[in-house]
Amino acid sequence: MSAVRFSGLAPLLLAATVLVLGVLVVMPLGVVFAEAFAKGVGPYLAALKDPDALAAIRLTLIAAAIAVPLNAAFGLAAAWAIAKFEFRGKAALMALIDLPFSMSPVVSGLVWVLLFGAQGWMGGWLEDHDIKIIFALPAIVLATVTVTLPFVARELIPVMQDQGADEEAAAVTLGAGGLTVLRRVTIPNVKWALLYGVLTCNARAMGEFGAVSVVSGKVRGLTNTLPLHIEALYNDYDFVGAFAAASLLASLGVVTLVVKQGLEWRYSGELAAGRRQ
Amino acid sequence: MSSPLAADNKAAAPSLIGDDARALQVSGVSKSFGRYPALNDVSFAAADREFLALLGPSGSGKTTLLRVLAGLETPDAGEVRFGGEDYLAIPARRRRAGMVFQHYALFRHMTVAENIAFGLKVRPRAERPDGAEIRRRVDDLLSLVQLEGLGRRYPAQLSGGQRQRVALARALAIEPRMLLLDEPFGALDAQVRRDLRRWLREMHDRAGVTTVFVTHDQEEALDLADRVAILRGGELIQLGAPQALYDDPASAFVYEFLGAANNVPAVASGGRVSLADYTAPAPADAPIGPVQLYFRPREVVFPASGEPALTAEVRSVAARGPDLKIDAVVAGAPVELLAPAGAAPPGVSPGAQIRFAPTRFKLYAAAG
Repeated sequence: MSAVRFSGLAPLLLAATVLVLGVLVVMPLGVVFAEAFAKGVGPYLAALKDPDALAAIRLTLIAAAIAVPLNAAFGLAAAWAIAKFEFRGKAALMALIDLPFSMSPVVSGLVWVLLFGAQGWMGGWLEDHDIKIIFALPAIVLATVTVTLPFVARELIPVMQDQGADEEAAAVTLGAGGLTVLRRVTIPNVKWALLYGVLTCNARAMGEFGAVSVVSGKVRGLTNTLPLHIEALYNDYDFVGAFAAASLLASLGVVTLVVKQGLEWRYSGELAAGRRQ
Repeated sequence: MSSPLAADNKAAAPSLIGDDARALQVSGVSKSFGRYPALNDVSFAAADREFLALLGPSGSGKTTLLRVLAGLETPDAGEVRFGGEDYLAIPARRRRAGMVFQHYALFRHMTVAENIAFGLKVRPRAERPDGAEIRRRVDDLLSLVQLEGLGRRYPAQLSGGQRQRVALARALAIEPRMLLLDEPFGALDAQVRRDLRRWLREMHDRAGVTTVFVTHDQEEALDLADRVAILRGGELIQLGAPQALYDDPASAFVYEFLGAANNVPAVASGGRVSLADYTAPAPADAPIGPVQLYFRPREVVFPASGEPALTAEVRSVAARGPDLKIDAVVAGAPVELLAPAGAAPPGVSPGAQIRFAPTRFKLYAAAG
């Protein structure tokens, strides 16, 4: 990689970039923490110990704990199919996986309301059998899974395509069955990419607002996730509470970024080793 | 061209074509990918412990054929039998066909020793050797492929030739019934290739397996194999011992593929072939009418005047090692002649006319 020598234009571009990032990213992040601690550490901690806040944190953790493993499994299966096998409609499948990226999360949530809501296609049947999906944990998980569907698959597909299927073929000729190949060859070869995908998937799952807000019903202490809890507090003019909760999400973002950077450093080395081979 | 070792092996290899005792029998195998036909009605047999080369240009279907043998591709039609068994009914993982891939396909996250041990470790518990036995076998294989002490390295830390030997050791670890090699020297430089070639033949002889070897390098195939099968466009067009193939290529394609070739237009009739004032007896099976006369650059003499000879106009002359390389034109066709420096015709220089005669030639019907 060769860097172009700084010409007259470069410092300008650099200054503009720093300015935009400062105003749009760093400053709001600072404001979040400043507001959260505006009245001191005591009120900050009190806001987080509020039963509604704890319930929101719990719900967010539960939803992510279900949605992220589901998407990791789906992403692995989809990437495996797309990268290692030839079949008709591969391009269509890849586009479909990307769909949640290009679709408004509100639509992703609305789909589940249309399907399972009281007025939805299956609403009557669900009510008869006393199964609660909408305005309950199942719909929150479904909405989260839908929105975060592409994260793991998108991370794995290019890495797997780059590696090709020769190592798997070699493993098979050496006597390995399908599961053994997956466990001992395919997954170890993509472990860093998988971890990276899970991490970004998790950050998005915990932070998802649009899709979840459509299906959750926003019952405080029951169906509010952390982002919904923040909105509710903010609308109540409880700024310390809102920003204290927001600081949790912001911290999650910062931690994800740091681990991501570490992984990128680690896993780009691994990719380079793969190419050298 | 071949060392005494190879000559001995070739003499020892059984050559009963069509015998049922043959280890590998491929009959009528066809395979297409979408509309692209990769293999078309390919049939051949290989004897137990035979070293068979599949030789062809890229796109000739040789790698597809190898993958069919390994069980990595399923043919659309045809039959593969190995040792009398229906090989196609056996899944790849139970065929015990040790395959060496073109780019080795070593497990990049495993050490050399773990790579070699893989085939033993994935065996069902009842057939799996214990840890000490696996370590012993890995050590044996490491010394067999002359990589003692490198067991803890990762593939990325090895040279191309070393990776190639790890791939072979890994394939041998499963005590294969058949060894399948896909361009095993393709990614190596010329000197390493030549060194590994003899070594590979020795490995084959020691392992006592049937080996099928894919290559696009005719020199490699002729040097190494007991017999060579030539593929083109998914069809097997000729199969024979290296010398027989070299002496009697069945078509102009095979002639050109097996080495440097010249061809000039001529006419065959009445048991003779002639071009201008050159004439020579034509073989009994030669075509009649307009033909292409094929000869190798080195298989020429420069006769004294009075004897029948072709006349060529010299374009350029250059020393090539011990030889003189003469580029010339005969009846509009460019030819390349190689003459030992002492045997070159006197006065050969650009623009001069020289007379030469092929000592051996083949006639093929003129195309179109």
